[in-house]
Amino acid sequence: MAERILTVDNLKIDIPVPAGMLHAVQGVSFKVDRGETLCIVGESGCGKSLTSLAIMDLLPGKAIRTATTLELDNENVLDITEDKMADIRGNRMGMIFQEPMTSLNPAYTIGNQMEETLIRHRKASREEARDRAVFLLEKVGITAARSRLRQYPHQLSGGLRQRVMIAMTLMCGPDLIIADEPTTALDVTIQAQILLLLAELQKEFNMGLILITHDLGVVARVADRVAVMYAGQIVEQGSAKQVFENPTHPYTQGLLECIPIPGKTARGSHLGSIPGIVPSLIGEMNCCHFAERCSYASNHCHSAVVDLRPGFTNAHDYRCVMSPEQCADNLKQKVPA
Amino acid sequence: MLLYALKRFGVAILVAISVSIVTFSLLHVSGDPAAAMAGESASEEDIEYVRKHYGFDRPLAVQYVDWASKAIKGDFGQSIYLKRPVAGILAERAPVTMTLGALSLTFALVLAIPLGVLAAMFPNTIIDRFALTIAVIGQALPNFFFALIMIILFGVWLRWLPISGHASWLNFIMPSIALGYYATPAIMRLTRAGMMDVLSSDYIRTARAKGLKPRVVLFKHALRNAIIPVVSFSAVQLGFMLGGSIIIESIFSLNGLGSLAWQSIQRSDFEVMQAIVLTIACFYILLTFLADLLNAYLDPRIRVA
Repeated sequence: MAERILTVDNLKIDIPVPAGMLHAVQGVSFKVDRGETLCIVGESGCGKSLTSLAIMDLLPGKAIRTATTLELDNENVLDITEDKMADIRGNRMGMIFQEPMTSLNPAYTIGNQMEETLIRHRKASREEARDRAVFLLEKVGITAARSRLRQYPHQLSGGLRQRVMIAMTLMCGPDLIIADEPTTALDVTIQAQILLLLAELQKEFNMGLILITHDLGVVARVADRVAVMYAGQIVEQGSAKQVFENPTHPYTQGLLECIPIPGKTARGSHLGSIPGIVPSLIGEMNCCHFAERCSYASNHCHSAVVDLRPGFTNAHDYRCVMSPEQCADNLKQKVPA
Repeated sequence: MLLYALKRFGVAILVAISVSIVTFSLLHVSGDPAAAMAGESASEEDIEYVRKHYGFDRPLAVQYVDWASKAIKGDFGQSIYLKRPVAGILAERAPVTMTLGALSLTFALVLAIPLGVLAAMFPNTIIDRFALTIAVIGQALPNFFFALIMIILFGVWLRWLPISGHASWLNFIMPSIALGYYATPAIMRLTRAGMMDVLSSDYIRTARAKGLKPRVVLFKHALRNAIIPVVSFSAVQLGFMLGGSIIIESIFSLNGLGSLAWQSIQRSDFEVMQAIVLTIACFYILLTFLADLLNAYLDPRIRVA
């Protein structure tokens, strides 16, 4: 059995707002093994980014994080001091952010910013850190790496900066990397390169990778496991194969209808869309979160909480009152073969 | 960086020349120097004689070139009232004002930057409110009034500090506070705003995600970026302080350029006034130049401009 890197169990994030308590993430659980890529997908505001920040303990000040379990390498990281957590951040787990244009400090050279991570965590000398930085810049496909170290972020393009961010995250050889929409802000042509690079490096360094995205095309290419989030909850979770071949939850089915598949989607045919908007998460919600937008919703859906339960196979969970067979039938009727 | 410094220096020289032309012209247009020098009871002929003798009858441009070419060599002419070389008087007075200016700015920065940083780190808390209160008081109190209150409190009642002269460094405490305090609120608010902005930026989140110590995140990553606008602003504030020194020096009987300027205006001592305005302007231009260089050092994006 593969080595477990991260265990998240029943993670909740509450944010007090003037109108009440915003339950941004409501009991999310997942695991990441060494060498595995978990993709968390879902539309804006569903709690993907907050979940990733919560793992790093980098949530904004007001947000309240609770969980039953939060373990890195089978070691509790839930209630440890900020000092201990700072020792872990950037060292055993790293994070890549969405905005490469603003994620690097404009006042320091990229060399300085890369080196300081290793110096901080490994008490490395400046020279050792510099050699490591050069090695990693070459790994992420940056030419003339040694001279690049003296450059400032404003001298690099967005794609290059994101490569630098990736290399910087790898400085201490972390067990886990969390990438929060790392390609959203980049040109389409660069997006694929960066994703493949991440996937390659993950295999090479044998790390766990959490990739947060709303691009299902990306997921299909790199994911081992997929967690679909909707309105603060995971609505479907399983291996990439299971989720793509047997999308069970109506929301997952809807998401998959939104992307065209070359050769399969007929030219000129309508792409799917999911009507409605994500519900407000302020206050208690005693119903299926997707009920408002679900075309199969019954009265029951509007009045009872739905739990995550096993679908067709084990380790493929979904959160719907309908049986897996019923869900599969719905999909068949919608997409005539 | 060197090219940037040279460019800035060139601009500074041009500004200094422009200021000297404007000062010279304004002072000569604003009154008749010959009449002023000859005195109130002088006859037409006396004034005419003075005009010829000192060369005031020549075209303004010729007078300027004559004056400027001497000024570059450090010769600012004779004081009409004190009958001494102006350069010598300036050399006596300038250090007092420069000391006062430097101390005032130091006081303002030492008070304003930590307060601004604290206010930004703990927004809308009692610390922030305290800093805001200090800012409001500072902006509401005119500095001459504040100076008088201090004189009564620390000079007359408590007798802790001397209230006039510049015999020791103790004499500079109250004037520096009175002059520097006025600039504190604006610098503090600018630091607070810049810091708030930077602390919520993506690169600070990156720095924290790298596990850097809070001290490193705050000072290395945040403050350096937040301080950039404060540097240019402080140079401007110091300019205001040099202007404000006219009042403060008079109140505390400091024999600096400020009080000399005030006396010279009353005495219609043209040569001295010209030299003072030019000295203060050049000092200010030099500071702006240094602030530009410091900013270029802090922010690599400025260097290429």
